Amino acid sequence: MLESKIPAGTLEHKWTDYKGHCKLVNPANKRKLEIIVVGTGLAGASAAASLGELGYKVKAFCFQDSPRRAHSIAAQGGINAAKNYQNDGDSTFRLFYDTVKGGDYRSREANVYRLAEVSSNIIDQCVAQGVPFAREYGGVLSNRSFGGVQVQRTFYAAGQTGQQLLIGAYQALERQVALGNVKMYTRHEMQEIVIIDGKARGIIARDLISGKLERHFGHAVLLCSGGYGNVFYLSTNAMGSNVTAAWKAHKNGALFGNPCFTQIHPTCIPVTGDHQSKLTLMSESLRNDGRIWVPKQKGDTRKASQIPEEERDYYLERRYPAFGNLVPRDVASRAAKERCDEGYGVGSSRQAVYLDFSAAFERYGATEASITGIGNPSKEQIVALGKQVVKEKYGNLFDMYEKITGENPYEVPMRIYPAVHYTMGGLWVDYELMTTVKGLYALGEANFSDHGANRLGASALMQGLADGYFVIPYTIGNYLADEIYNKPISTDHEAFQTAEKMVRERLESLMNINGTQTVESFHKRLGKIMWNKCGMARNANGLQQAITEIQQLKKEFWSDLKIPGSINELNTELDKAGRVADFIELGELMCIDALNRNESCGGHFREEYQTPDGEALRDDANYMYVAAWEYKGDHYWELHKEPLQYDVIKPTQRNYK
Amino acid sequence: MEHYTMNLNLKVWKQKDQHAKGSFKMYRVENISSEMSFLEMFDVLNEQLITAGEDPIAFDHDCREGICGMCSMYINGKPHGPWQANTTCQLHMRAFQNEDTIVVEPWRANAFPVIKDLMVDRSAFDRIIQAGGYISVNTGNAVDGNAILIDKDNADNSFAAAMCIGCGACVAACKNSSAMLFVSAKVSHLALLPQGGPERHNRVINMITQMDKEGFGSCTNTGACEAACPKEISLTNIARLNNEYLKVSVVAEK
Repeated sequence: MLESKIPAGTLEHKWTDYKGHCKLVNPANKRKLEIIVVGTGLAGASAAASLGELGYKVKAFCFQDSPRRAHSIAAQGGINAAKNYQNDGDSTFRLFYDTVKGGDYRSREANVYRLAEVSSNIIDQCVAQGVPFAREYGGVLSNRSFGGVQVQRTFYAAGQTGQQLLIGAYQALERQVALGNVKMYTRHEMQEIVIIDGKARGIIARDLISGKLERHFGHAVLLCSGGYGNVFYLSTNAMGSNVTAAWKAHKNGALFGNPCFTQIHPTCIPVTGDHQSKLTLMSESLRNDGRIWVPKQKGDTRKASQIPEEERDYYLERRYPAFGNLVPRDVASRAAKERCDEGYGVGSSRQAVYLDFSAAFERYGATEASITGIGNPSKEQIVALGKQVVKEKYGNLFDMYEKITGENPYEVPMRIYPAVHYTMGGLWVDYELMTTVKGLYALGEANFSDHGANRLGASALMQGLADGYFVIPYTIGNYLADEIYNKPISTDHEAFQTAEKMVRERLESLMNINGTQTVESFHKRLGKIMWNKCGMARNANGLQQAITEIQQLKKEFWSDLKIPGSINELNTELDKAGRVADFIELGELMCIDALNRNESCGGHFREEYQTPDGEALRDDANYMYVAAWEYKGDHYWELHKEPLQYDVIKPTQRNYK
Repeated sequence: MEHYTMNLNLKVWKQKDQHAKGSFKMYRVENISSEMSFLEMFDVLNEQLITAGEDPIAFDHDCREGICGMCSMYINGKPHGPWQANTTCQLHMRAFQNEDTIVVEPWRANAFPVIKDLMVDRSAFDRIIQAGGYISVNTGNAVDGNAILIDKDNADNSFAAAMCIGCGACVAACKNSSAMLFVSAKVSHLALLPQGGPERHNRVINMITQMDKEGFGSCTNTGACEAACPKEISLTNIARLNNEYLKVSVVAEK
């Protein structure tokens, strides 16, 4: 069943050979072929724009009021590329190697190599579009470091890299809209996939303003709908981010790959109370200069400033001297949890650790004093100068922290705690990014393919744009070349009617429950189950309990949900209800997957499987595969395995010490 | 920081749809924590309304970290509320005191029709971008990123303009509902970069034409837009836009 279609030949030549031999569609035929793109983040906007440029007829959909709002916009730190502009030993191979190792050897070599290969083109393309990356005085592009890596290959635009890249892709998309190659549907949400003779042929979408259902035909359908971190209720995802499009695909035959692989980001602003609706990330780039610590004494209630240096435990530097505060995300998150669980946490909730910049103030301040020729500066002078330097580098992040917490991070250390941030799992795709349903593709975070069990910082932007700008324009031709004989199918076709009827009935059954509990309250409860039992640490017992609890929650949801208003109008509660219903089903599958994987790898940490010093313990003999789940009916999935073969890299125990 | 709880009176604009006549409605919320965000306070209110069988208040929001530009409330007479350089989603309740009355309206501008309650239609901004807010370069045409050297100051100023989140606060703040700050931010972003050079003449003319067509008002340089902008987009960009526009209409051949 799982045919990954990885081209033959040596790793370095696979993509070149593929491009040299894949089928092409001539320009006259492209004009007759229609493509549907769901989602307009980096993957969706870049794909829609590039396919429009090629001459295909594209329809793009987003649930926001403009494609520019997609959540890629919130990415802060940067985008990786193997340019080796810094002359520090970077190469396509190193980016490939770091990504595979960072993913704890659970990703496909061929896909990751292609990603590293096209990474340079992405930077060039973005510069050509006018993305204002940070530059040096000589006019060249600037780079910085990110976790899990020893070279400087991250390109950035202050703390707003995602915003700038998305606006570049958005502008390219709007240009195609103006040219008539792309038709844009905003405030629309995909509700169902239409499959005819085994091929994806369209979607049913709901106009979120009028509530009306619409039928749209496409020779192919691209899902670029992002990740599913909101299954945890609290995450750094936007409020509207959801799994619905991917989940409908899954229930129509697309296999779901490694659903339990979730990334918990170590540096987020901690939860303050039950009212909390979302969590905010403090960029990984802060770990370049901030030092993470907790008090050496358990339950220490003194203020940070009253705890002397020798009573502070810089636990990352202690445990991982080689990478220190720049260990990969999964490692840093687990270490923070371990300290807090042991009773060393800080702040009123005791669920936080300090991220402290005082050493950076002194270091930068001393350099600055020397540059400006201040002889024998006082400590106060040094610190003041240092704060200025830090402000230039991270000013917007410090401001954001202060707005949210009301504390000034220039005066007191930041309090941070891990939070759900990204999902490595997603729809299973082959080398061409096609799911197990013909003509149905998944791009960007929505697919499972490139990050294994843990994603390295600044790689999500790279993957989204690689898929959209440089992969799908080639691979989709290989499929559509055989579709030129097929005329567009009328949306009166029986399959469209049936799909629309299903959606209508589902919406009606949600509205007709007429119970007493709100959507939000169910979502919160689901989130708590997932966070406590399928979060940063998991064990068989907890996962089994979680599965039972989620099944019960599902029953309760479908018998006691309360939604105000009606179907044929703007109804944000109904929109949310559909999404939460899908999250509940996904939550169960995530727990099943986590329970099946009797090993620890990357972000998936099973407490039963760890080394004596608490590191993730892989089981390559039994679990070196992609777990691809086939939906078989309510609460029932069948596991398919895609064995992972490492021809070039030799998997070892990851070591950041 | 000391935390406290408060009870509040909210005077909120309710409007069924674009064509209905709207009006203010009073609501009461209690036990609001000073640590909540303004939108979390609205979440509390909406949960209360849904449980009581009433219609919740419709409002736009998404990222809740001040970058997507979707949230859009006009709070106590100011777009995005009382804090400087801030979006509604980042406004926190410690800005308010117990028993305050808070007035919340949608953006008010002809070019931004109300969809429901506090939600407005800002698609006019997308159409202005379609008119020329881009560099015409197809995927695959690019030269090496470092082949184009860009003066750091120009790159920094271009970035400062490109930070615009397209929320529309500038339009809402302007007595003429002008979109000049939004348009000038895009014109500046691209005009300050060498890549934007070849199209700069057509771009400024086409974007301004589209802006007028959408029904935005004229700019009288009062600077209310800059004061309300959550990303502190500078009025200098409007000066640059006028400069670009004049050059084209008076001097250039096109």
